[in-house]
Amino acid sequence: MHPAFSVIFLTTLIGAAQGLFLALFTVQSYAAFKLLPQPDAHAFYGQGSLMALLLLVAGLGASFFHLGRPERAWRSAAMWRTSWLSREVIVLPAFIGVVFLYGLVHWFGWHPVLMILPGDLPVDPSAILGVAGTLLAFALFVCTGMIYACLKFLAEWHSPLTIINYILLGGASGFMLAAAFAAFTAPEHVGFLAGWAAIITLLGLISRTASLYRNARLKPKSTLQTAIGIKHPKITQKTQGFMGGSFNTREFFHGQPVAVLRGVKWFFLIAVFPVPLLLLLSAMQGYSGLLPAAFGLQYLGLLAERWFFFAQANHPQNLYYQSIA
Amino acid sequence: MQAVKPSVPPLQEVKTTTCYMCACRCGIRVHLRDGVVRYIDGNPDHPLNKGVICAKGSSGIMKQYSPARLLKPLKRKAGADRGAGDFEEIEWEEAFATLAERLGKIRATDPKKFALFTGRDQMQALTGMFARQFGTPNYAAHGGFCSVNMAAGMIYTIGGSFWEFGGPDLDRAKLFVMIGTAEDHHSNPLKIALSKFKRDGGRFISINPVRTGYSAIADEWVPIRPGTDGALLLAIIHEIIATGLYDREFLVQYSNAGQLVNMAESNDEFGFFVRTEVPTEEACYEPQDKLWWDRNTDRAVVTHQKGADPYLLGEFTLSDGTPVKPAFQLLQERVSDYTPEWASQITGISAATIRQLAHEMGVTARDQKIELPIAWTDSWDNEHDTVTGNPVAFHAMRGLAAHSNGFQTIRALAILMSLLGTIDRPGGFRHKAPFPRPIPPCARTPNDPRAVQPNRPLDGMALGWPSDPDDLFVNDDGSPVRIDKAFSWEYPLSVHGLMHNAITNAWRGDPYKIDTLLIFMANMSWNSTMNTAEVRQMLNDKETEGPNTGEFKIPFLVVCDAFHSEMTAFADLILPDTTYLERHDVMSMLDRPISEFDGPVDSVRIPVVPVSGDCKPFQEVLIELGTRLKLPAFVTKEGERKFRDYPDFVVNWETEPGSGIGFLAGWRGKGGEKFLRGEPNPNQWEMYEKNNCVFHYELPKSYQYMRNWNKGYLEWSQRNRITRYAEPILIHIYSEVLQRFRGAAQGKGLTRKPPEHLRKRIDTYFDPLPFYYEPLEGQVTDRHKYPLAAVTQRPMAMYHSWDSQNAWLRQIHTHNYLYVNTRTARQQGIEDGDWIWVESQWGKVRCMARHSEAVEPGTVWTWNAIGKAAGAWNLTPDANESQKGFLLNHLISEELPAGGSARVSNSDPITGQAAWYDVRVRIYKVGAGETAVTSPQFAVMKPYPGMKTRSSILAFLGMKQK
Amino acid sequence: MTQLALVIDLNVCVGCQACVTSCKEWNTSGSAGPMVDQNPYGADPTGTFFNRVQTFEVGEFPNTETVHFPKSCLHCEDPPCVPVCPTGASYKRKEDGIVLVNYDKCIGCKYCSWACPYGARELDEQQQVMKKCTLCVDRIYDTSMAEADRKPSCVLACPTSARLFGDVHDPESAVSLAIRESGGYPLMPEWGTHPANHYLPRRKTRIKIHEDELERADNPLKVDRQLPRPATNEPTLDDFTTW
Ligand SMILES: Nc1nc2c(c(=O)[nH]1)N[C@H]1C(S)=C(S)[C@@H](COP(=O)(O)OP(=O)(O)OC[C@H]3O[C@@H](n4cnc5c(=O)[nH]c(N)nc54)[C@H](O)[C@@H]3O)O[C@H]1N2
Ligand SMILES: Nc1nc2c(c(=O)[nH]1)N[C@H]1C(S)=C(S)[C@@H](COP(=O)(O)OP(=O)(O)OC[C@H]3O[C@@H](n4cnc5c(=O)[nH]c(N)nc54)[C@H](O)[C@@H]3O)O[C@H]1N2
Ligand code: SF4
Ligand code: SF4
Ligand code: SF4
Ligand code: SF4
Ligand code: SF4
Ligand SMILES: [Mo]
Repeated sequence: MHPAFSVIFLTTLIGAAQGLFLALFTVQSYAAFKLLPQPDAHAFYGQGSLMALLLLVAGLGASFFHLGRPERAWRSAAMWRTSWLSREVIVLPAFIGVVFLYGLVHWFGWHPVLMILPGDLPVDPSAILGVAGTLLAFALFVCTGMIYACLKFLAEWHSPLTIINYILLGGASGFMLAAAFAAFTAPEHVGFLAGWAAIITLLGLISRTASLYRNARLKPKSTLQTAIGIKHPKITQKTQGFMGGSFNTREFFHGQPVAVLRGVKWFFLIAVFPVPLLLLLSAMQGYSGLLPAAFGLQYLGLLAERWFFFAQANHPQNLYYQSIA
Repeated sequence: MQAVKPSVPPLQEVKTTTCYMCACRCGIRVHLRDGVVRYIDGNPDHPLNKGVICAKGSSGIMKQYSPARLLKPLKRKAGADRGAGDFEEIEWEEAFATLAERLGKIRATDPKKFALFTGRDQMQALTGMFARQFGTPNYAAHGGFCSVNMAAGMIYTIGGSFWEFGGPDLDRAKLFVMIGTAEDHHSNPLKIALSKFKRDGGRFISINPVRTGYSAIADEWVPIRPGTDGALLLAIIHEIIATGLYDREFLVQYSNAGQLVNMAESNDEFGFFVRTEVPTEEACYEPQDKLWWDRNTDRAVVTHQKGADPYLLGEFTLSDGTPVKPAFQLLQERVSDYTPEWASQITGISAATIRQLAHEMGVTARDQKIELPIAWTDSWDNEHDTVTGNPVAFHAMRGLAAHSNGFQTIRALAILMSLLGTIDRPGGFRHKAPFPRPIPPCARTPNDPRAVQPNRPLDGMALGWPSDPDDLFVNDDGSPVRIDKAFSWEYPLSVHGLMHNAITNAWRGDPYKIDTLLIFMANMSWNSTMNTAEVRQMLNDKETEGPNTGEFKIPFLVVCDAFHSEMTAFADLILPDTTYLERHDVMSMLDRPISEFDGPVDSVRIPVVPVSGDCKPFQEVLIELGTRLKLPAFVTKEGERKFRDYPDFVVNWETEPGSGIGFLAGWRGKGGEKFLRGEPNPNQWEMYEKNNCVFHYELPKSYQYMRNWNKGYLEWSQRNRITRYAEPILIHIYSEVLQRFRGAAQGKGLTRKPPEHLRKRIDTYFDPLPFYYEPLEGQVTDRHKYPLAAVTQRPMAMYHSWDSQNAWLRQIHTHNYLYVNTRTARQQGIEDGDWIWVESQWGKVRCMARHSEAVEPGTVWTWNAIGKAAGAWNLTPDANESQKGFLLNHLISEELPAGGSARVSNSDPITGQAAWYDVRVRIYKVGAGETAVTSPQFAVMKPYPGMKTRSSILAFLGMKQK
Repeated sequence: MTQLALVIDLNVCVGCQACVTSCKEWNTSGSAGPMVDQNPYGADPTGTFFNRVQTFEVGEFPNTETVHFPKSCLHCEDPPCVPVCPTGASYKRKEDGIVLVNYDKCIGCKYCSWACPYGARELDEQQQVMKKCTLCVDRIYDTSMAEADRKPSCVLACPTSARLFGDVHDPESAVSLAIRESGGYPLMPEWGTHPANHYLPRRKTRIKIHEDELERADNPLKVDRQLPRPATNEPTLDDFTTW
């Protein structure tokens, strides 16, 4: 596929935002169980949510560049019964709304206790919003992942690993960001967050390499033989029927030499996993100033990862568009 | 999109006319909205295309509204070079005044100095008549560089041909053999017929070095080496005769196979048919005074005598001691060494395949006979209850024609078709009116230079059909009268002229210099010229010595074109033509009509949209010029204008006063009640308009077959003045016409004799029986150095160079590649898509290669005329056509060395047919770091004044832009 | 239920591209248009087309088949392009199975084109909405046209009538008959899209000639004394035995 920057930014930005939100609420939950000290709610949760919000809006903004007719974007919620894209379009604003409210209650310190759960756990609006946000964050990961994973003939995408990767890579970058952010707003949580960031990054490494491994071994189900319905081992396309290119030659092929593809792959494998991990380790040793760099690098790596995710997907339609003559 | 509730206004108007996106001339319906063409589809009521349309026809809109259209008369700016494209707008009055003055002077002094050559037009009836009225012999249309071999080779043999004169009857054929055809003029009808044929279970064999288009759907592909079909066909004939698979009865009755040829070598009559005295009717073209050796009485008798049956094989001695042989015996002797094994070496086709082809043809023709219950009478008054057909059909085109051995190859094909008994019979070859013609057709050029006189029409036709050396149009010393040297000893049967040599000859002044060259509808500085780069230079060359120093070697060049073609850049005066949707046109019986097998058909174009800009139909230009020049056909005795305009001319002009024959055959007579002949009908155009722009006369069934010898048909045709003679047209298995030239070369007979230096050439090539020789270019080429044959093919979605200005068609063929067999390419280290040099003895071209498994390993090919000069056709200078596309013509020479400093046209030595497909090349990868642009490149052509600017985005709506 | 479709006969398609431009011509100024052309007169011209004709070479010289292969939207019975569309712009009509795009609803997200394995959809770069073959829905029901004209433009244009149009659910229709009798097949059956359009394969006609058919009793060479009988003085059994 041709990697569109709008979609690359959309998925990486909202992924990070989802992860960030999950990190914030993880801290809040741990704190509620007194497993962690309570950070400064305004600074950590409030500003943290604001940051997530900014990322989400930026992502949303990027997504508009993907649309031919952005002014009609509102129509895209219509088909939630069948379309994962439609579902994403519904879940994303819902998530944004919840993040907004979550940030708002923290920002203004509005914590009326609504009920007490057994074990003396007070429930305030932020907890409810947090739970809702968590569900929505996961739902959003699933929607985003399923947009790709549901296309069965895009074998590189058609796998649970796609969703797992979206969750883990979004989570990793979000926790990474949270850790970096905590260095300024809640230094006592840096270790905790950095630890989780490391764990999720490691898990991400496993699942992403698993998908790379899987994809490298995929045998395309569709061949020229099935594409045109002729059984013969040697078939070559002589002309695709036009010479100056078309939507089909632009949208479904990255147009880069194999070397570029390989380069991007190695770049993201290094930039997303080992280097940020090393930086995390040093951060946990007290060099927390490295955390923004770790996040920045990982995010860059994720841009490359997403580019590769698209570029690697080999659309069967390309069987029909191989030769200019 | 709101389905079923169209959001766009409906079509408002439908008009019928005739397509001219190519020369096939299908009937079309033009749908208009707000006066803008919105949709063009095939006219279901048209006999030719029956409602279908092709890729080009469907893209007519993009031609009509193309920014490459010329919209103003233009003249070259004083001092500007030709080719630079520096023009200024002028008015028509100035154009006419300039032309009338210049041409008037030429006509009053030496009419030869005006030459009119026309390309892919369909109005030779008018252009030819104009030239003749003017008095110049220097007129021809595109046939010489197109397919004259196909016309002449077959017309000199069976009195008709493929091309626009006849074709395969696929309706009833069981076996169809297509040779060297990619697209052809019968574009849509052939496709319709081919698919029906296949669906009806017919077997389709294609003989072609390349497998694309039609060949793709062939049941069998026979990849032949270019230029070697003669060998293949002769070997098939060999096998057909050896196994006795020929239709003896047919040959006996309908050909000269049984006629006795004089074999007394010392005799002046050697090689001619033995004749006897027979009473002949007055108007007789070819008296039936030849002899057979009768089997029943074992003696010589006059042919076609009742009860007689000639031997086709054997040798006999006449009572006066003259040794004779039947023509068929000579044919058998001729092919005796042409075994399948021999042909296999030359053609690259296995002997087994050659035998198989012969057997399939012979057995199908013999065993699958068709008998139609149609009674008819032959020319010898034999009544037949049925019409018989041997269902083997052939079609061949430029793959045979465009070689310098094409004429003899095509003779071999026509003879093979005759051996199989398939001429004008169901399931075989069928004629189209006005064919068959006598062999050769009666039209003659003058044979005397004195036919050209100041202020007088040419005394004869500019083009004709020589039947012996005395018909040649040569000066007393044997030198050519025509600028293109047609009808001279160099190319005696050049019945369509040699347009491809006109510019070179005029530039060199050989045979003489001319003053004004008028080119209509031909892109002669590009794709219809050989040696393109140098010819472009010739057009711009000036005299360096003599009284006219500083003047152009071709002093005045007028181009009538509709588009910003490469040719227009060289004009001194550009006459902007209309498109086919804007003008009246006739596809006349006097030219090449669109007749069907079942009878004559002619057709017209009627404008469906108003003329754009300051365009003017060339027909109107000729009428106006003819009137101003007071050419007799265009003015009254008093010198007054006779015709208001072209439509008026078409209605009222007659070949001779009162002849009743005009451009159109339909709805003649005062009230439109007559056809073919009749007084002018003032409402003729309306009647065509009401009838889908076509007139179709269906012959009675009994006149539809066997027309060479069908008494009823021949008399009908004579009565209707389609032909002068109603005699049977016997197939010339043995060609006496050729023998007459050969005899002259051997110093025999009373006719003119060729000049010394051409004797051997005539003696060799004017063989009365077909033979195989290597194409002339091959004979002067080092085969090891140039191992590959290079040919072009017509793409179905492009017409020559016309369609690069067409926004839709050019997306399909934006540039071209050289296709090379994968193994051949790999041997040279050439990968798919690599830039390569293609080099012939005459030049080289840089282009891109593509691997293919569908091409014979010794052949490379490309689509014809896709490559363009930068900026031409109002394309941007960086358009793919000029940067990646290339023209093969740069590699093809218009002349070949002929010993010493002598040159001869790169053409068939008999007909002067341009030998496009003889060129031999080698290929190799470009050097590292060479630029990835085609070579050669030419100075960028600019748009001319008055043209529309091209848009960078187009969204055609078919509505008037508000 | 009706399922309209095209059946394309590769046995007779000569790759002439008539269906390509007639489709463009009808649709660009029809209700599915305009169909933009970018750089129409410049480098790398590109435009929206609903139908393309491609060429494939099968096998190696000299056993090469050249196959012309027209392709437009296949109007899948189970069209993956429809459920993914977030706006409902892409839909399959119940009444005749035609898959269409409602330009007024389409947001140009291209998702449907990703979901089509056949590359049958093209985003119009000017209008920025998804376009594709409509089966000429604005012709086939247009009662202001003559009955014979109520067929897709490409079908009417095709000179070899390689394009058949009809209801593939009606077992008696010409298209169903052709699929049944000539071995019609769908493209990429592996995805379960059940394309309504089908393709008919190449079929070969051969002539078998038996050795003994070559020479017949009425061989004309006999007439001309060219198949001579052996001379009577050549050896025969009679010189050898008596019975
Ligand atoms: N290498 C190679 N060269 C070949 C051939 C080949 O096979 N290989 N084929 C040869 C053959 S068979 C032929 S017939 C020639 C064809 O060659 P040409 O006769 O030169 O054909 P075109 O290139 O189409 O050029 C015709 C000109 O007519 C103009 N034209 C189009 N429509 C109109 C109109 O309505 N009115 C006027 N006045 N002008 C119009 C076009 O703009 C163009 O400039 O090419 C020959 N050249
Ligand atoms: N679409 C379209 N239609 C056209 C034209 C066009 O430009 N475009 N031009 C029109 C004109 S002017 C003409 S003259 C006709 C020409 O109609 P065709 O004769 O069909 O045209 P070409 O493309 O020259 O086809 C020549 C074929 O012969 C093959 N060939 C070459 N050399 C040999 C050989 O030695 N032996 C054999 N057996 N085959 C050989 C080539 O591979 C090619 O397939 O088409 C007319 N129709
Ligand atoms: S074959 Fe020629 S005349 Fe017929 S529709 Fe096509 S372009 Fe027009
Ligand atoms: S071919 Fe593609 S666009 Fe057409 S219905 Fe099937 S999936 Fe949808
Ligand atoms: S591009 Fe249009 S039709 Fe396609 S999925 Fe998006 S909204 Fe639906
Ligand atoms: S059915 Fe209509 S829209 Fe579809 S390819 Fe044919 S002409 Fe184009
Ligand atoms: S119009 Fe018919 S023959 Fe021509 S490419 Fe299309 S399907 Fe094939
Ligand atoms: Mo031609």
